[in-house]
Amino acid sequence: MAVETKLGAYICTGCDIGKSVDIEALEKLCTDELKIPVCKTHEKLCATDALKMIQDDIKSEELNRVIIAGCSPRVKTKEFTFDNGAMADRCVLREHVAWILEPNDEDTQMAAEDYLRMSAARMRATELPEANIEEIDKTVLVVGGGMSGMRTALSTANLSYDVVIVEKEDNLGGWARKFTKVFPKQAPYKDLADSGVDELISQVEAHDKITIYKSSTIKKIEGEPGKFEVELEGASDGVKFKIGSIVLASGWKPYDPEKLGHLGYGKSNVVTNVQVEEMTSNGGIKRPSDGQVPKSVAFIQCAGSRDQDHLPYCSAVCCRVSLKQATYIKEAYPDTLVYILYKDIRSPGQYEEFYKNVQENEGVCLTKGEVVRVDSTAGDGVEIELEDTLFGENVIVQADMLVLASGMVPTTKVEDLTEGETETAEALSDDNPADSEDKEDANTGASAEAGARILNLTYRKGTDLPTLKYGFPDSHYICFPYETLRTGIYAAGAVRAPMDLASADNDAYGAGLKAIQALELTAKGQAVHPRAGDETFPDFFLQRCTQCKRCTEECPFGTLDEDEKGTPEPHPNRCRRCGICMGACPERIVSFKDYSVHIIGEMIKSLEVPDEEDEKPRALAFMCENDAIPSLDIAAAHRLKISPFVRIIPLRCLGSMNIVWIADALSVGIDGAILIGCKHGDDYQCHFVKGSELANTRMENVREKLKQLVLEEERVQITELALSEWKKVPEVLNNFMDDVDAAGPNPYKGF
Amino acid sequence: MEISGNGDQITADILVVGGGIAGITAAIEASEIGKSAVLVEKEPFLGGRVAKMNQYFPKLCPPLCGLEINFKRLRFNDQVKIMTLTTVEEVTGKPGDFEITLKVEPRYVKDDSPDFDEYVEACPIEVPNQDNFGIDMHKAVYLPQMAYPSIYAVDPSVVNDDKFKSWAKGCKTDIFDLDMKPETVKVKAAAIIWATGWQPYDAAKIDNLGFGKHDNVVTNVIFERLASADGPTQGKIQRPSDNAEIKKIGFVQCAGSRDENHLPYCSAVCCAASIKQANYVREQHPEAEIHIFYIDVRTPGRLEDFYASTDEDEKIFFHRGKVAEVREVSGSKNLIVAAENTLTGKITEMEMDMVVLATGMVPNSVECKPPVDAIMDDWGFLSSDTSSGVVGAGVASRPFDVAASVQDATGSVLKALQMMNRS
Repeated sequence: MAVETKLGAYICTGCDIGKSVDIEALEKLCTDELKIPVCKTHEKLCATDALKMIQDDIKSEELNRVIIAGCSPRVKTKEFTFDNGAMADRCVLREHVAWILEPNDEDTQMAAEDYLRMSAARMRATELPEANIEEIDKTVLVVGGGMSGMRTALSTANLSYDVVIVEKEDNLGGWARKFTKVFPKQAPYKDLADSGVDELISQVEAHDKITIYKSSTIKKIEGEPGKFEVELEGASDGVKFKIGSIVLASGWKPYDPEKLGHLGYGKSNVVTNVQVEEMTSNGGIKRPSDGQVPKSVAFIQCAGSRDQDHLPYCSAVCCRVSLKQATYIKEAYPDTLVYILYKDIRSPGQYEEFYKNVQENEGVCLTKGEVVRVDSTAGDGVEIELEDTLFGENVIVQADMLVLASGMVPTTKVEDLTEGETETAEALSDDNPADSEDKEDANTGASAEAGARILNLTYRKGTDLPTLKYGFPDSHYICFPYETLRTGIYAAGAVRAPMDLASADNDAYGAGLKAIQALELTAKGQAVHPRAGDETFPDFFLQRCTQCKRCTEECPFGTLDEDEKGTPEPHPNRCRRCGICMGACPERIVSFKDYSVHIIGEMIKSLEVPDEEDEKPRALAFMCENDAIPSLDIAAAHRLKISPFVRIIPLRCLGSMNIVWIADALSVGIDGAILIGCKHGDDYQCHFVKGSELANTRMENVREKLKQLVLEEERVQITELALSEWKKVPEVLNNFMDDVDAAGPNPYKGF
Repeated sequence: MEISGNGDQITADILVVGGGIAGITAAIEASEIGKSAVLVEKEPFLGGRVAKMNQYFPKLCPPLCGLEINFKRLRFNDQVKIMTLTTVEEVTGKPGDFEITLKVEPRYVKDDSPDFDEYVEACPIEVPNQDNFGIDMHKAVYLPQMAYPSIYAVDPSVVNDDKFKSWAKGCKTDIFDLDMKPETVKVKAAAIIWATGWQPYDAAKIDNLGFGKHDNVVTNVIFERLASADGPTQGKIQRPSDNAEIKKIGFVQCAGSRDENHLPYCSAVCCAASIKQANYVREQHPEAEIHIFYIDVRTPGRLEDFYASTDEDEKIFFHRGKVAEVREVSGSKNLIVAAENTLTGKITEMEMDMVVLATGMVPNSVECKPPVDAIMDDWGFLSSDTSSGVVGAGVASRPFDVAASVQDATGSVLKALQMMNRS
C-alpha cells in the first residue's frame, strides 16, 4: 500500500494552456474535488523562480508528490526532477489538451480535468521506487580467446576490471594464428598485413588482471548479471568462480565443405579457402593429388554463401580472402594463372584499393558469372562452366586446382538437428511442450537456446544467447547493435555477424564497453538499455501466484526461472523493466512501485464518465511511451487536432498492458479503448522485442470476452504507429472514436 | 569523473565532437558507465544525417525511433553536457590531458519562451530550408520535427537582415537577442572522440551524370528528403520538373565512388541505400519500373536477404554496367541512361523519367580536420592508430552504415578510456 502522500499541484498557464482552458476551474478542481492541499499556478512553470517556488513548497509543506500540469515529460525533464524524495507526475495539459484539442471548449476543459484526476490518482497510488543495491562481482567473463575475445579482455582489463578468458583450444589466438597474412590495415590499403596476433597473445597472457583457462569449456553458468556463478569442464574441470557480465566471442566455423559437392568438393584437387590458408603456412600451396605447384588455380566465390540451399547470407569476407590468397599464389608462383569466378566482388570502403591492386595483376583474371557445372578433367584438373557472364555466353574455365571460397557459420549455429535431437532440444528449451509459442518464435532463437551449448546458462528459457536468423546472436536493432536478449551478455566478433579480423578486433571494444556498462548500472541497482537508469523492478506477490507460467514464458529476456511447482523465481538483474510480466499476469500480482495494474486501474477509475444522455462518449488510448507518445507530441506541436473524448494513458511498453484495465474501463462506463504500439512481426520495432506482439495476442482474448458480454468488438482495438507517422495520429484516434460512436454508449454505463 | 565547471571552463572525461548518431552514442555510452562527456555539435540540433533520413535499411524503420530512445537517455543524464552551435577551435596538451578551446555561435534566442510558437507563426521572413537542400522554404526561426534540444534556432543568414531585425524587435522583448556574440569555452578532457560524420560527394563534379544540369536527376540524399514526411514534398516521391508521377526511375550506383577521378574507395552503403529507396518507390508507385545500374551489388552479411527479396520483385530490375552518361531527352525532361558493359564495351541505353545518383560519402574531417596530429588517410578517414589521443567514431573512421557507425562509436569510448589510463 502507498505510504501517506502529501500532494502538491502546479499548473502552468504558458504555452497556450492558459489560453485554452479555464485555469481557475482547474485550481478549484484540485482543491475541492481532488483535495490537493497545495495548488498553485504560474505563467511559466519551468522558469527559475517557479522551480524555486516548487522546491520551497516541497521543503516547507513536506510534499512528497507533485503534479506538474504543463508540458510533456519529454521536455524539461531535468527541471522537473526534484530531490528530497518528492516524486513528480507530468500531467500533460500542453500536448494532450491545449495543443491538440479545440481551445476554450467545454470538452477540452473536461479533458484537462480528467488528466488532473488521473495524475492525482496516480500520485496517490504510487510508491517511491528504491533501487535494489547489492554487492556484485565486477569480473568480465570472455568466452573464446580469439581476436575479439582477447581484445575484449585486454581493453577491459586495462580499465582495471578483472577478466576471465575461457578458451576451448589449448592456446589463444583462434583463427588469427592460422592466417599467414590479413587484409591491408592502413593506407594506402594495397599490401597484406600481419595480424599482430602474437603480440596480442603475449599482452593478454602477461596481464595481471586476466585469468586464462585453456582447453576448457563452460559446464554451466547460474545466476544473473553481477552474480553469475560459472563452472568449467575440460582441463579445468570443476573450477568455479563468480563473474558479473559476459562477452561471447566464440567465433565462427567454416561452412561444411561436404555439402558443396555440386561445386566439386570431393573431386581431386578441389579444396576450400581454409585449406589454402593451412597450406600457405605449411610449406605452400600445392596440388593435393601430386604435391605439384599448380599452373592455374580457380576460385569459386560464394561457395555456399548467398545460396538459398546453403547460407542465404553473404559471408562478407570471402571476396577479400580470395584476393588475398591470389596474392599468396602470385607471390610464390608468378607464372601460375589465377581465376576468380564471382557474382559480385565485395570489397567495401578502402578495401577497394586492395581489390584494384590485385585486379591490376595480369595473372589474375576475375570473371563474373554463375557456376553451372564443375567436372574433373584428365590430369586431375577441374573444368568449370559459368553462365550469365558479361560475354553474354557461357564461359568454360580449366584449372589445375580449384578453391571454394566457403563462408562463415557462427559457432552458435546448431547444425541440422536430427528429428530426435530436435525433440530433445525443444524439451530442453521448454518444460511445457504443449505450449507451442516458444517453438514458433524464430526471433528468440529456439534452436540456439536448445543446442549451441556454449554458455550453458541455467536459464529456464534456454542455455545460450538467443540468435537471429541463421544462428547469429546479433542485435535486431540498427540503432543499438549490441542489444541481445540476455541482460549483461553481449556478443563480439564473427559469432555476432560475419566479419573479418580487423572488424572483429574493433567490435570487441564495443562489446567490452557494454559488458562493463552492465556491471556499473547493475551495481547501482539500475536497468540497462533501453531503460538505462531505471531503478524500479518488478515485485511478485507470490502468495497469490497460480503457477500459470505466463510471466516466465512471455518475458523476452529470460528474467524468470521457476521452481518445481512452476512458481516464478525472479532475477531482478536480468530484468529490463518493460512490464511484460505485469501485462501477462492474470492474477495481477506483478507490480513496480511506480507502475502497476493497481495504479493504472486507479487512474481509469478516477475519470469522470458523463451520463448516456450527455452524448459525450469516453474512450481510452493506451499508448507506448517509446514511439506512439512522442508521435502524439509531435502531432500536438503541429497543432493537429484529435477527438476530445479520448484520454491518453502512456505505457512503458504495450506488452505491459494488462487486460483487466479494459474490464476496469468498461465497468466504469467508458465506451472503448485503443492500444497504440510499435510494429511487430519479423521487422519488429518494439524495443522490448515482443511487447506489441503479445498485446495483439492478448487482444484476441479481449475480443472473446467482449463477445461473451454481448459488446461490440469495435470498442476495443489495437493498432501500430511508428514515430514518423505522427500525421496519422488524428486519423487513428478519430476513426476509432467513429467506431465507438457507431457502437453507441457502453450499455454498462451507470451500473 | 563527475562533469564539473560551468560557463567557460568545463572538465569532463571525454570530449565528443559531432552530435550525429555516432557522437550521441559515444557520449551516452560513456555516461552510462559512469564517465562524463561534453558533446559538441556545430548545428543548432543533435541528430546529424540520420535525423534527415526517412527509413533505415534493411528494416525500413524510422530513424526517429532510435533517436527518441537516445534523447530519452540524454534527458535524464547529468553526465553529458550538450553544446550545440559549437565547434573546436584549438586543442593543446596531450592524450590524457587535453585542453580544448570551443567556439559557441550565438543562438539569438534567449529562451524557449512560452509564446514562441505564436511569434514564429507570424515571422514574415522565409529562408531556403537547408535540411531539404534548399528545395523549399521555411521560417527563418525554426524547430525541426523532433528537435533536441527543443529550442528554436535562427537561420544565421537573417541576423543582419533589416526586415528580420525590425520584426524581431516587435516581438515580446525577451525572445530574441540579436546582439548575442560568439563565446569561447575551454574544456579539459582526457580523450577526444572525433565523430564529425560525412557529407555527400558533390554530384555536380560528376559531369557525365547530369546533376545540376537536368531537373530530374537527383542524388540519393535529396531523394531521401523527397521520401520523408518532413521533406519538401511531405513525403511524396515525384518528378522534380513537373511533380508528375514516377513511371520509370533509374538508380545509378557508384556515382563518384570506386572512381579514380572522384572517390577511389567504395562508400559501402549506397547499394543497400538504393535498394531501400527502390522499396520506397515500389510502395508509393506500384506501377513504376525501377532500374538499378551497378558494378557490383554490395550487401554483406544479412543485408543479402534485403537484396535477394528486392531482386525477386517483378518491378525492380538490376543491370550490371557502369553508367557512362545521363542525358536529357529534348522536350520531355526525360533522361537517357547509357550503361556500359565493362568487359565488352557495349553500351545499352534506357529512357527514364527520373534518375537518382547513388553518391558516396566524404568524411567531414576533410574540411574539418582534428586540430591535433591525428593520423588520417588520403581521403580524410581517421586511422585506427589512436596514438594522437583522437579516436575516430562512425564515418569519420570509415565508410559505415548506421549500425556499423553505432557499433564503432560504442567501441570508441573504450578506446578513449584506454588512453586515460595510460596517462
